[in-house]
Amino acid sequence: MNKPVTKLTLKDYTSDQEVRWCPGCGDYAILKTIQKLMPELDQPRENQVFISGIGCSSRFPYYMNTFGFHTIHGRAPAIATGAKLANPDLDVWVITGDGDGFSIGGNHMLHVLRRNVDLQILLFNNEIYGLTKGQYSPTSKIGTRSPSSPEGSLDAPLNPCLVALGAGATFVARSIDTEAKHLTVAVKRAHDHNGTGFVEILQNCPIYNDGVFEHVKDKKLAADFRVEVEHRQPIVFGQEGEKAISLNREALQLEVIASAGNEDRILIHDETNKVQAQLLAAMQGPDFPVAVGVLYREEKACYVDDTQQQLVKMRSGKGSLEELLRSGHTWQVK
Amino acid sequence: MELAEENLDEHHLDDKQVLDVVVRFAGDSGDGMQLTGSNFTEATALYGNDLSTFPDFPAEIRAPVGATFGVSAFQIYFGADDVTTAGDALDVLVAMNPAALVTNLKNLVTGGLLIVDRGAFTAKNLAKAKYQSNPLEDDSLADYRVLDIDISAQVLAAVEPYNLGHKAALRCKNMWTLGLVMWLFDRDRNPTIASLGAKFAKAPEIAEANIAALNAGHAYGETAELPSGVHVYKIPKAKVAPGAYRNITGTTALAWGLIAASELAEIDLTFASYPITPASNLLHELSRRKQFRINTFQAEDEIAAVCAAMGASFAGSLGVTSSAGPGIALKAEGMALAAAAELPLVIVNTQRGGPSTGLPTKTEQSDFNMAMFGRHGDTPMPVIAAATPGDCFDVAIEAVRLATKYMTPVMLLSDGYLANAAEPWQIPDIASLPRFPVQFHCDPEGFRPSLRNPDTLARVWAKPGTPGLEHRIGGIERSYETGDISYDPDNHQRMTDLRRDKVQGIAKDIPAQEVCLGETTGKLAVVGWGSTFGAIHQAVKRARAEGHSVSHIHVRYLSPLPANLGELLANFDFVLVPEMNTGQFVRHLRAEYLIPAEGLNKVAGQPFKIGEILAAIHETLRQLEVSA
Repeated sequence: MNKPVTKLTLKDYTSDQEVRWCPGCGDYAILKTIQKLMPELDQPRENQVFISGIGCSSRFPYYMNTFGFHTIHGRAPAIATGAKLANPDLDVWVITGDGDGFSIGGNHMLHVLRRNVDLQILLFNNEIYGLTKGQYSPTSKIGTRSPSSPEGSLDAPLNPCLVALGAGATFVARSIDTEAKHLTVAVKRAHDHNGTGFVEILQNCPIYNDGVFEHVKDKKLAADFRVEVEHRQPIVFGQEGEKAISLNREALQLEVIASAGNEDRILIHDETNKVQAQLLAAMQGPDFPVAVGVLYREEKACYVDDTQQQLVKMRSGKGSLEELLRSGHTWQVK
Repeated sequence: MELAEENLDEHHLDDKQVLDVVVRFAGDSGDGMQLTGSNFTEATALYGNDLSTFPDFPAEIRAPVGATFGVSAFQIYFGADDVTTAGDALDVLVAMNPAALVTNLKNLVTGGLLIVDRGAFTAKNLAKAKYQSNPLEDDSLADYRVLDIDISAQVLAAVEPYNLGHKAALRCKNMWTLGLVMWLFDRDRNPTIASLGAKFAKAPEIAEANIAALNAGHAYGETAELPSGVHVYKIPKAKVAPGAYRNITGTTALAWGLIAASELAEIDLTFASYPITPASNLLHELSRRKQFRINTFQAEDEIAAVCAAMGASFAGSLGVTSSAGPGIALKAEGMALAAAAELPLVIVNTQRGGPSTGLPTKTEQSDFNMAMFGRHGDTPMPVIAAATPGDCFDVAIEAVRLATKYMTPVMLLSDGYLANAAEPWQIPDIASLPRFPVQFHCDPEGFRPSLRNPDTLARVWAKPGTPGLEHRIGGIERSYETGDISYDPDNHQRMTDLRRDKVQGIAKDIPAQEVCLGETTGKLAVVGWGSTFGAIHQAVKRARAEGHSVSHIHVRYLSPLPANLGELLANFDFVLVPEMNTGQFVRHLRAEYLIPAEGLNKVAGQPFKIGEILAAIHETLRQLEVSA
């Protein structure tokens, strides 16, 4: 056990399992980013646990040389909550997708967020069901043609960050699979957050939904269709930073304005402002850019910490089973 | 086998020496009948009688006053001999209103004592119970000894000094009635007085009023003119093994069994559950017991509950989840993952009437098939069942032992009757119980998650937080050799066989099946499992007293079955299996052992009566005689 403490590297976090995602899948980039980030997190590797549900993204734990549990569809948040309750020292990560996390597992997602269990949730959102071969998902845009919706899907998509905020999430960020630097910061901050760190990662599925995020990923298009928000910084975008986001206080709506000459109207990002976070999370094309970065954070008591405090309180006097069995009315037969 | 009933010889209130009595308190769900019953139980246990109780309450929390569907009842059978059921026919019925009378009268023996509150027999209440005329005023109760008292008026007079107000004063009716029944059976009122003092510590005037009502009811008995033949009964004390005793319900015994198991296994226990009748009380009881190695988690749904329990097991605690039928159905996928990932998990099923919402507050054994077979894939799982309230303690420990030793989910079957019924229980000596400390794997040398114990076939338990043991598990089929994902056909065959052999191997680790009453060979074996134990036991006892060749075999281990069970059953000409379902266990026994067996089946939301099983024994023996 007394191994010399040496700094681990990406290699130490790479398992011996052959990665089996499709060539070109956004998951590869996410995996590499997380493997690279892990040694920076100041956590012993044996305490790191990746728990996933079902779907392409949920194969992730097999490729991490940490503890991992590939579970059942949609239930990873519940299993992770149980693991964290049993051992609060563990550094628990939930890996999920748009179908796993917001369709079959929607309920558990709401409750892990409202409880604020101290763990990280990485939601790989590719707006499609990959592993079951291309059906539309709860985040697919209306009209998505798929094997189960040949005439186009009819159900309105949900917005994962908005749902997370609605459920009471205390940390909500959005990032992009191939933007390693941006993703690293978002995930690291989610990890540092005391409570549930929720990160929606826009992820390309090259087989069933290729290019669905092209407008936010393509270098040229992204300038107009993506805005990176940073705490206490003005929210500006465009090729030359010529556009900005402003809050119309009468309509309680955001609007896109020209930066020049409007300096006092440009919205300053405040990641502790929930209403603003909701407005930013809701922005989508073509009228608005998609906001990426840390949208919201809030300091709040964590469920497992509170549980531990109750346990400490109840265990201040050690329970005697003999006494319990003899509590209340008893009688002696001779 | 057709369900029929034989009337047992219980018309004995006239006898000089009465050996056992069945009393049922029935009233509105707001009348406090459960409290009355539990206080009477306490007093009866302290008196030294053996006893068994059956709380029977409606699903509605506060049904409209006077409604037949709102009747709440508490039945107690107590006596000098070993009592294992709550009794068949009633010797004494307390009916606090017409609805309680109309729903319970059919169970009162001819000549039985009927105590009614005349004050509650108003035109309105009579109409709600669908009485055309007041039964207290016509001759419809002529077969019974009726003690009709205006209890309401008596109570109002008794508690007048406490200025409670009309409604609050009437709430003391149950204590007045309890006082009267305590007088009838010579019970000591002091424990009830003490518990009323404790219960209403913050409202001493309420406590005093209730005590005054209790004493007034008692005093009424001393001076009242009673129906002929009714007198104070002194039931002889039961002969029981020496030791310390207490009353216990199945739910409490199960909770305390889990606490004991955590100490014996030297492991923390994480209990994750979602509220459901009649299983919720287990969550309530354990939530108050976190000073032990217990943590509880009220999950967002049944699926989350089983999953959180499994997550806890993965992390090195023992996960336990609990529910009733519909909730267990929701947990099925989780159980299968625990079986595939080879993680320990205990699932408690407090069975109730089904299908669907069915009869939430009534008892049934109809989840046998689901417990045994209700999972996708070939997913074997040990299943054990509790026989009596006190047995829930032992079965809980056994479930934890099997789950941790064999790294497998284990289903523990209880039911609505066991959960709520109470019986005197000899308090076990914890120090004398065998310990079975859990061993976590810690050695990184040559570690693979697929390492297993060659004897038990159990996989190692390698918990997160252990340096050098980083590994992945999951629901995809894994290689027997490495524990990595494997789609290899031969490997799947091997792993399926392994899962089967592991569970089957438990048969070597459980006691051989014994006959709990009678010989190991003979004409008829009455075979039961679960809470039918008490009624079968009494019926077989009576049949044997009549000179019949009948034995009682009670099966605790349903999967795997004890290794010698088939051989044992083959020693009998015929097997009769009473079950509170349509014949699930009997079908399994026939399939396993190809033996002649017939079921006696009842799904009326009520436990078997002794007379029903006795009638079936007689009929089976008669048929055997005819065919011989």
